[in-house]
Amino acid sequence: MSVMKRVSMIFKAKANKALDRMEDPRETLDYSYQRQLEMLTQVRRGVADVATSRKRLELQMNQLRQQQNKLDGQARQALGAGREDLAREALGRKATLQSQVSDLENQYQSLQADEEKLTVASQRLQAKVEAFRMQKETIKATYTAAEAQSRIGEAVSGISEEMGDVGMAVQRAQDKTAQMQARAGAIDELMASGALEDMTGTPRDDIQAELDAMRTGPDIELELQRLKGEISGGPAKQIEGGAGGGAAASDGAGHAAAEQPQAGEGA
Amino acid sequence: MIVRILGEGQLEVAESATGELNVLDAALEKAVNSGDEEAFRPALTALLDRVRALGAPLATDVLEPSDLIFPPADADLEEVRGMMTEEGIIPG
Repeated sequence: MSVMKRVSMIFKAKANKALDRMEDPRETLDYSYQRQLEMLTQVRRGVADVATSRKRLELQMNQLRQQQNKLDGQARQALGAGREDLAREALGRKATLQSQVSDLENQYQSLQADEEKLTVASQRLQAKVEAFRMQKETIKATYTAAEAQSRIGEAVSGISEEMGDVGMAVQRAQDKTAQMQARAGAIDELMASGALEDMTGTPRDDIQAELDAMRTGPDIELELQRLKGEISGGPAKQIEGGAGGGAAASDGAGHAAAEQPQAGEGA
Repeated sequence: MIVRILGEGQLEVAESATGELNVLDAALEKAVNSGDEEAFRPALTALLDRVRALGAPLATDVLEPSDLIFPPADADLEEVRGMMTEEGIIPG
């Protein structure tokens, strides 16, 4: 059977099944109206959920962009210092982040579209609910239970269909939002674990370490030479010399041991 | 007749449009049944575009059930397939 006929049939069957018909059709009107008000609340909550996710994405995009700017600054600094290799590394990482930013941008646009659609759907449902309320009052005031039967059929079916539609739209948006939140959560976790930060530029990241090393490099070299000198003379003195000169020598050796790994990391 | 594009609301479409819509619908049906992702998107877009072009939005205070219901524009093939079976439709 054709797609449109099949979808129509199934959709209507479901929408009508969701509607419990009461013995007195006028009760069906009240019951349906209650469900409509609940659905309105649900739709508004759906819009708010999507908006929250959108804002979270916005925050993440801003964070990633800040990190990109930082890498850009580092690349400039490295080039200024004649370190093209470092600049290249920084720009490479900036490019890696760009794919993440682009991904978030796509998600953001998709959420924005969902938010707009749901807002419109919510307004449409609100108008229908108001129309239903007026018809309901007219029917209840004018007709007996028997007479009302035929009058309510169409109104109730019409609004049930609307509720099925908007309910589905909310459900789809929520499913999508849940998926995005899982991905957004993964990025948050990455940032929290430092994996992204290390890659992108906290003061401790390796590009920054090299840039810092270039600034302090000459000093460190001097210090290193001094320590090497101390150590090469040191151990012998330490073993031979008793308690007297030993204190100063072991002090120097301890200092060297503490400094060495750091200098090694920077290089 | 009154039609609904899920997620977009209802439209009033002339009965005479049925033949044209049936042709577009048949193309969509073929894509869905054969699981042809490449043909699916253009077929769905063509069908819905035509419905929108031929239809006039129904006033928001009208409470009438639709004669035909179309899948949402951003539905993927699996979703449409689901909407054609009992499991797929989420009840309001």
